[in-house]
Amino acid sequence: MTGLGRIGRLMLIGAPFLWLALFFLLPLLIVVKISLAESKIGIPPYTPLLANGSKGLEWRGTLANYVLIATDSLYLRAYLGSIGNAALATALCLVIGYPIAYAIARSPSVRRQLLLFLVIMPFWTSFLIRVYAWIAILEPQGLLNQLLIALGLVTAPLPLLNNQFSVQLGLVYSYLPFMILPLYGSLSRLDQSLVEAAADLGARPLQAFLGVILPLTLPGIAAGSLLVLIPAAGEFVIPDLLGGPGTLMIGKVLWDEFFNNRDWPVAAAVAVVLVAALALPLLAAQRFLEREHAA
Amino acid sequence: MALLEIAGISKRFGATAAVDDVSLSIERGAFYALLGPSGCGKTTLLRMIAGLDAPDGGRIVVDGTDVTRLPPYERPVNMMFQSYALFPHMDVARNIAFGLRQERMDGRRIAARVEEMLALVQMAGYERRRPHQLSGGQRQRVALARALAKLPKLLLLDEPLAALDRRLRAETRLELIGIQQRVGITFLVVTHDQEEALSMASRVAVMNRGRLAQTGTPAEIYERPASRFVADFVGEMNLFEGELTAGFNCLALAARSLGRQVPLPPGTKLPEGGAAALAVRPEKMVLSDVRPAGFAIAAAVSSISYLGGGSMIHFTTERGMLLKAYVPGAASDHLRRGMAVWASWPLEAGVVLTQ
Ligand SMILES: Nc1ncnc2c1ncn2[C@@H]1O[C@H](COP(=O)(O)OP(=O)(O)OP(=O)(O)O)[C@@H](O)[C@H]1O
Ligand SMILES: [Mg+2]
Repeated sequence: MTGLGRIGRLMLIGAPFLWLALFFLLPLLIVVKISLAESKIGIPPYTPLLANGSKGLEWRGTLANYVLIATDSLYLRAYLGSIGNAALATALCLVIGYPIAYAIARSPSVRRQLLLFLVIMPFWTSFLIRVYAWIAILEPQGLLNQLLIALGLVTAPLPLLNNQFSVQLGLVYSYLPFMILPLYGSLSRLDQSLVEAAADLGARPLQAFLGVILPLTLPGIAAGSLLVLIPAAGEFVIPDLLGGPGTLMIGKVLWDEFFNNRDWPVAAAVAVVLVAALALPLLAAQRFLEREHAA
Repeated sequence: MALLEIAGISKRFGATAAVDDVSLSIERGAFYALLGPSGCGKTTLLRMIAGLDAPDGGRIVVDGTDVTRLPPYERPVNMMFQSYALFPHMDVARNIAFGLRQERMDGRRIAARVEEMLALVQMAGYERRRPHQLSGGQRQRVALARALAKLPKLLLLDEPLAALDRRLRAETRLELIGIQQRVGITFLVVTHDQEEALSMASRVAVMNRGRLAQTGTPAEIYERPASRFVADFVGEMNLFEGELTAGFNCLALAARSLGRQVPLPPGTKLPEGGAAALAVRPEKMVLSDVRPAGFAIAAAVSSISYLGGGSMIHFTTERGMLLKAYVPGAASDHLRRGMAVWASWPLEAGVVLTQ
């Protein structure tokens, strides 16, 4: 037995578990607990799960909040709206991000550093401020419309803000770096001689891409897609600031339940269902990556 | 007509001329070796033939078609990469089938060809393995099978045996010759191992610093090197540098390192006064204990290396020049370090080099 003793090893292995238990599992359990309660006026604004009744301590938990979510079509539509928007944004990020990541991975070393720096530079400014900046750009009297009118391309301002377009623009803009970085990681590890071998064996550029580059960068695609899909599906700020009356996303519903209706139990149930829904693609990706790794 | 014609091909990388005005012609069915020290431009030349690098100037003609401007996927040429470049996400069978699929060959014919190729490289039964589940030698075979599968007009092999250990390398060398004869495809093999080039190839081109130093059969390269570089790079060699002078009834070389004249092969016709070198192979050197009649150099044995079939004797002349002689069998048994010997060689065995 070298270096670390038994306890040392246990601590080393246990530390990440402890971290997850404290900062992920415990909060999640609290949310689950609230989701099983009923709303009431007071502090905290929900009923306890266990209370003193006629036969001593009684279980007062209820699945009513989940029944509400399942029966009121508002929630289903909001979930579908979120997942639809997030899926579309993920697809757009992939289509836009892949060529960018490819170009960065193939550029000479000095320029590569600069380009990577540019990709992460937006993070230097607060996310909220950047979303507000888009309002200034997109609004009827905003920069873009003024430019288009000045150039004589349009006569009246285009409706660029508070619709599906601005929500997608905001999502893609905000989450593109999360797609580019893992893709870049995959692409820069790709052995260029494999691409050359494919060309040598008669593969045209598209065939070489589909047959060799794409399959070998699937781990990067999976990682990038999850990093975009999951936060985008729970996104609240972008649909709230850039979305219009037709934008129905679950993050906004959750916010309304929590702050406007002050119905913590329903808000908590909405959150639990969202986590469960997002865990599915995560597990699928995990299994896929494990298989790739084993191969 | 030659299968491959290269005319005045050049490639620069910044300040270095990786390939500098190389012209080469390779006959159909040849087993052609490109030999040269590390960094002399062998891989670069191969990559230009395959279409992976664009030449700065010159022309490449394969089987009568100018392919200089064609992309790699349109050339009737396949390459076996120095690193093998097997696709890690495909099993052996799919690796070999990759090129055939690009041609949209019928599935049953692909399967038959894959089977044939695996049998050719003695890898039948390994169809479902992934590259990382193979040994280095097995990967090398799969890479060869993949490059051969499309039956290209010309197969380029970049250091095909470099990653193998000595024993396997010698075995695989023989197999490679056998495979080449069976499939009848023209092979262009890059190597920096002169023994490998001489033993495998029907013709050899020696490269140095991006330029072609000499082309010829292995025997021509070995017996009649055209320059000091080739003489020194291919095999062991004793080189006497000096000036051409009129000797006793024939031309001689005033060898600087010996401080005396050395007779040149009879019939050497070169102008007096020029600089030249005389090259003598160690196996042509004759060592004797007593002074022989005619020309001989006095020397002392400085080391004896036993090589199996014979011994390499290193000896030093009176002026301190180090020379070597290969003595076959047991003829060197009586030699000891420090012993005085006389070294000579049949005059016609020397080669006069002016380049
Ligand atoms: N992509 C490149 N960029 C810059 N220089 C290069 C490049 N490829 C090759 N060179 C240079 O060109 C010269 C020839 O390289 P090449 O790879 O053709 O040598 P080689 O004969 O194959 O050597 P080895 O036996 O070591 O494989 C070298 O000096 C090398 O540094
Ligand atoms: Mg090389």
